[in-house]
Amino acid sequence: FMQRGLDSQTKKQLEEEEKKIISEEHWYLDVPDLKEKESYIIEERSFLRCEDLVYGRMSFKGFNPEIEKLMIQMNSKCKEEEIEEDDKMEADVSDEEMARRYETLVGTIGKKFLRKRDQRVLKDDDEDDEVEEGNSNTRPSKRAKKMFLKPQD
Amino acid sequence: MAAERGTAAEALVGQVVLPGDLLLLPAHYDEDAEGERLRLSAGAAPQGRLLCGPGLRRSGAGLLVTKCGLLRHRPAGGGAYWVDSQQKRYVPVKGDHVIGIVTAKAGDVFRLDVGGSEPASLSYLAFEGATKRNRPNVQVGDLIYGQFVVANKDMEPEMVCIDSSGKSSGMGIIGQDGFLFKVSLGLIRKLLAPKCEIIQELSQLYPFELVLGMNGRIWVKAKTVQQTLIVVNILEACEYMTAEQRKQALAKLSGN
Repeated sequence: FMQRGLDSQTKKQLEEEEKKIISEEHWYLDVPDLKEKESYIIEERSFLRCEDLVYGRMSFKGFNPEIEKLMIQMNSKCKEEEIEEDDKMEADVSDEEMARRYETLVGTIGKKFLRKRDQRVLKDDDEDDEVEEGNSNTRPSKRAKKMFLKPQD
Repeated sequence: MAAERGTAAEALVGQVVLPGDLLLLPAHYDEDAEGERLRLSAGAAPQGRLLCGPGLRRSGAGLLVTKCGLLRHRPAGGGAYWVDSQQKRYVPVKGDHVIGIVTAKAGDVFRLDVGGSEPASLSYLAFEGATKRNRPNVQVGDLIYGQFVVANKDMEPEMVCIDSSGKSSGMGIIGQDGFLFKVSLGLIRKLLAPKCEIIQELSQLYPFELVLGMNGRIWVKAKTVQQTLIVVNILEACEYMTAEQRKQALAKLSGN
């Protein structure tokens, strides 16, 4: 209901009156402010945080392998044994398996080239980048091409 | 009537306390002590805050006992006191893992019976890998293992089957077959203790799977029905058996 053309003073008076009305209606505490003490006690209703309980899903003697993995995972979170397991995993892959896989890799790719070269008759000697030996003769070069040779470092 | 003078909390650890007992805490937990005095005091200053567990309530001068049972104390991590009490009726608490039975499907939400005063609600999106189009296959009567995300006396409890990082980590629908039964809450806590002899001895018998809910429900599944029932009977009876009786019973079983 602010009317146009009202002087600033009358506006202020109106506002003050409104505030007075409102503040009288507001309820307020007549009690002195209590100083809030910093408390050192936390209330807790769960037993999980008080006692050291294990995870509720369990499986024994290999009945459910996924849950057995989960048991190790959940219970080792408390004991921090995961770091050791990770190191062992990396060591296995780097030593033994890499050597095995590398050997079989040579064999499989060799078979692949054998099949292809048997069907076709090759005339180009410069096709293969993998052939490291000299390409002076066609016959030895064909034989050389049939076998996949490991690239020498 | 003047209130009784309380006794020191440390003196009563491991003893029976009754509701209404007042426990006084050591001086460095006293709220009236000024900050300066706390820092200057040498010796065992509390690093964290004291945890006031179930069965205890904070009152002006110390802790007030609200349930009867044994007082337990854990000194690690700032210290914790709680009352080890026995009860059969479960009250939902946030963060607890429980087994619930689906009683109804109401639109996008499942109603689960968890043994509390109200059925809990579980949204269909609260499963791992669930989207609006990819709904989980949950039927009425299924068993679900989940945790509470909201549980107080003013609101209906809500459950989810994923943890804070979005992984299910073992929660969700519990599979087919198996046997569900109810025990008291104290036994569940005993079975969930880090090195529980009952569980260790049972695991030597035959392969089986076990899910323990904090609401007193246990689900067991073994290869044959007979083995399942044997495990169920041992778990129900071991609450009132001494360790020797239990070992005798297990020896008979493994002999057969």
